[in-house]
Amino acid sequence: MKISELFDRGEFVVTAEVGPPKGFHLEGVIEEAKTYLSGITAVNVTDNQSSVMRMGSLATCKLLKDAGLTPIYQLTCRDRNRIALESDLLSAAAFGIENILCLTGDHTKLGDHPGAKPVFDLDSVSLLHTVRLLESGKDLGGNDLVGEPPKFAAGAVVSPCSDSVDAQLAKMERKVMAGADYFQTQAVFEPDKFIEFMEKAKQFGKPVQLGVIIPKGAAMARYMNNNVAGVHVPDDMLAELAADKERAKAGITGVEIAARVIKACRPYCQGVHIMALGWEKHIPALLEQAGI
Amino acid sequence: MLITELKSKESILSLVTGKVFIINCHGCKEVRFPEAEAEELEKELLASGKVTGVLTTDYICNPENLKLRLERRKTMIAEADAVLVLSCGVGVQSVAEFLPDKKVYAGCDTYRLPGFQGVTPLEVNCDQCGECFLNLTGGICPLTACSKSLVNGQCGGSKNGKCEVDPNMECGWERIYRRLEAVGRLDALKCPVQLRNYATDKDV
Repeated sequence: MKISELFDRGEFVVTAEVGPPKGFHLEGVIEEAKTYLSGITAVNVTDNQSSVMRMGSLATCKLLKDAGLTPIYQLTCRDRNRIALESDLLSAAAFGIENILCLTGDHTKLGDHPGAKPVFDLDSVSLLHTVRLLESGKDLGGNDLVGEPPKFAAGAVVSPCSDSVDAQLAKMERKVMAGADYFQTQAVFEPDKFIEFMEKAKQFGKPVQLGVIIPKGAAMARYMNNNVAGVHVPDDMLAELAADKERAKAGITGVEIAARVIKACRPYCQGVHIMALGWEKHIPALLEQAGI
Repeated sequence: MLITELKSKESILSLVTGKVFIINCHGCKEVRFPEAEAEELEKELLASGKVTGVLTTDYICNPENLKLRLERRKTMIAEADAVLVLSCGVGVQSVAEFLPDKKVYAGCDTYRLPGFQGVTPLEVNCDQCGECFLNLTGGICPLTACSKSLVNGQCGGSKNGKCEVDPNMECGWERIYRRLEAVGRLDALKCPVQLRNYATDKDV
């Protein structure tokens, strides 16, 4: 099932994400996904997230699919040149993976192999262009594909609370021009900024899923404020998280905050994308509190 | 060392739609500058009445030298809608930096040659990629100003205008966006999808 079909039907699409382990045993990830994510439309599988080496996204997608979940295959341009990316897209099609998310990828210097070569032969925009080209039966070298071309719902990301939101909107427009079907956003804690962003983004006519993180505590929120681009947890939320450490630690405060953000933004977007960062167990409570 | 080649006449003429001031740099003796082709282009532009002035000099990468020469031609530059620079990528970026409110275009592509590189220590850098992107990016090189050398716009890793790879480095695409905004060229961001061509080396 392509998630673009759900957007077309006007459904409010809920996705979450899982990160493959630094190893090859996936039982834990699959068990967790089945327990907490079964009510969710599709599950993103990150691609060596934050430039930290892990089991591959494509193989994880295949195993999740075999377990009955709908995976969204995240592809970054950091580790592979255009030949490898095109080849992996064909491999994904062979596995029946229909949903992908095209990203540029974090720089290698931010991860656990800082000396690795950053590839970036393509970027998010040219990768989307490549997907649409493959779907037309051609590759980037101008050669014909043999047999049926692949077909994907191809998503992209955007950062609505970035301090250079106009440059982000310009990039979003390039992604739309290159063929993006839908967007997932960086985590939002400032509904006002998101709503303002959506006022400008709606001209592109593409579905946008609100990015949501359940904050685990004041320290985590402060860390994101200092280190994570495009994410800002406002002072009142920080105070809320700091007020009762036990409550925050148990996930109660974080779920309340995330549910509030979803409720405030829901009329302006076409779905939510939850980045639980290990707190998958809180997703059912979050969806319930948010009224989804 | 490096080699500069004139971009195609069509691509240069498509940029020079209004009045233009031309700068030729005959710097670094080791550089092969397409002198004859540049002269021919210049003649054609002069005949069309579009040229407000021409400066043929050397080492426009030297800020003191550049400042002196451009200030003497302030009026001619003010009359022009754009400045066309026939030099290596460092020269184009030096002029763009000096004229923050002016459209500055690169008339050449810069190719790499083995051997030592330019002698003037500068903040700006040219990757000698052989497919100059400066005309799409307001005269700021995306290959050297962006830590990922992205050619299709800003990634999500800019925080407070800084690159997340190096907090002391300004986000190159933030600079490019502000520059395009200042010179009224944000339409450049609507150009077709850009793909690098790593095969340019073999053509030299």
